[in-house]
Amino acid sequence: MKAVLLIDFGSTYTKVTAVDLDAPQLLGTAQSYTTVEEDVSIGLEKALAQLTRQTGPLNFQERYACSSAAGGLRMIASGLVPSLTAEAAKRAALGAGAKVVKTYAYELTEEDLEEIQALKPDIFLLCGGTDGGNQDCVIHNARMLAGMAPCFPIVLAGNRAASRACEQTLAQGGHEVIPCQNVMPTFNQLNIEPCQKVIREVFLRRIVAAKGLTKASRLISGILMPTPAAVLAALTLLSQSLGELMAVDLGGATTDVYSITAGLPTRGGTVLRGLPEPYAKRTVEGDIGMRYSAQGVVEAVGLDRVVQASGQTEEAVLDWIARIRRKPGILAQSQAEAQMDFALASLAIEVGLARHAGTIEQVFTPMGVAYQQTGKDLTRVSRLVLTGGALIHTGQAEAIALQAMATQQYPNSLMPRSAGVLVDKRYILSAMGLLSQNHEALAKDLMIKEFSA
Amino acid sequence: MGDRTMVLGVIGADVHAVGNQILNFAFTQAGYNVINLGVMVSQEEFIEAAIESAAKAIVVSSLYGHGELDCRGLREKCDEAGLKGILLYVGGNVVVGKQPFAEVEKRFKAMGFDRVFGPGTPPETTIAALNEDFAALEAGEKR
Repeated sequence: MKAVLLIDFGSTYTKVTAVDLDAPQLLGTAQSYTTVEEDVSIGLEKALAQLTRQTGPLNFQERYACSSAAGGLRMIASGLVPSLTAEAAKRAALGAGAKVVKTYAYELTEEDLEEIQALKPDIFLLCGGTDGGNQDCVIHNARMLAGMAPCFPIVLAGNRAASRACEQTLAQGGHEVIPCQNVMPTFNQLNIEPCQKVIREVFLRRIVAAKGLTKASRLISGILMPTPAAVLAALTLLSQSLGELMAVDLGGATTDVYSITAGLPTRGGTVLRGLPEPYAKRTVEGDIGMRYSAQGVVEAVGLDRVVQASGQTEEAVLDWIARIRRKPGILAQSQAEAQMDFALASLAIEVGLARHAGTIEQVFTPMGVAYQQTGKDLTRVSRLVLTGGALIHTGQAEAIALQAMATQQYPNSLMPRSAGVLVDKRYILSAMGLLSQNHEALAKDLMIKEFSA
Repeated sequence: MGDRTMVLGVIGADVHAVGNQILNFAFTQAGYNVINLGVMVSQEEFIEAAIESAAKAIVVSSLYGHGELDCRGLREKCDEAGLKGILLYVGGNVVVGKQPFAEVEKRFKAMGFDRVFGPGTPPETTIAALNEDFAALEAGEKR
């Protein structure tokens, strides 16, 4: 047997997955509380002890890890025009697995600098201007940032004609600068992979130490990546076998939505508008979740819809939301509470899917009706993968997702309507993303086995 | 490259794509870096593209007769967005029905357009105008 250990340091749980490369098969999974304050290896040892109770003693040949502990990879993105380079910068950061705490457009102001100081990002992504385009904005912003006390590395991915000037300005201010290719080299063309690679390298080198993971790193033989990047890698691999797909990771505080598809128009006579979409796209809804952000779900859809979907009274719903916000650890006990959780979960997925998907608009022109599509058309996506503890624990993940897709609330949305649902019951997606970095074919086989069971 | 950059597109709800492709080809051949936005382009999209690419001209086409409504306020919005003095061209079948071109030109110039071209203008005419105006801009920069 040749055992490999895959570790996911989450903000709440440290999850471990063991795989036998020889058999090949999944040996087992286990989890324990993350102990980031003292030493993450305590939580890891506990999870490992649980794992070996199922599998017997294991001698791991390789150990890989991903992490979203201690707030994950927190980034600020900046660009010139909100819908162009600022949006491209944000997408690059999201796709690299970051939590984007703020996006700035146009020139940074003194107030913005104060805010940046307070937000303390792990990485700042500085963009703006197409190659040969506007230089003033990115140079101004570099000058502003250079005046700050250096406390985070700055990844520079703006107009290449201004790159050297920005780099020198920032270096003179004592900042660590990593220049890379422009996120939008020509108008309306995304080039986010080079920048994402740099972000991952910086994450490895600097962030891991800052997040108290160094003590665990002696236990790890290679690859350490942000958890969402691992999930995106796993989904991209899975789509090679299953075709175009989507995934939702419903958490207590946020909801991550992924789509692996070009999302081109499916209806004739449609004009595509806006920035081109990345084939593998991730969005994060910071206000939508099952516990800390349950109130955000209510605000997004309205209290009456939660009441209606749960079949409970308004008072009961308000009381439950207040309770789960105070004590996010509690699970639904009664039938009524389970129904409210069901309603919250399906509405959260509904909002997440609708915000991730593109929209279609009918335009009446003198030549007849035309359609304008913005974002991805996901109506024909055939599979929706569900993951995340909050969803899996309900035991009704599939029914929840089907209800979310059946919504009549967003007539202009190009969200999936009738995708088949796959449930990541043992929470292996991030582990398989990690495994795929060195053992791609094996990770693919294991996922297919897991999801077709 | 930024020196000869222009933004091109068909404004409003107009879906006439053929002329747009011809102009894109002709201007590119003439040595311009054309940011072509295609058909059904809003004023905001023209402006955003011009900001990001540091374009020196916005060339607007319209064929379906509603161009006058679509073009109103474009110069003011450019000024607001910091694109002061950017060249604005408009061309095509820009007004409803058959109207004397001199009047149409006067109206569009009053709206802030630098050049107005009537129906059937060959691309060469527009290119000659572009060359002249870009040369004037460059001479102004050197001074």
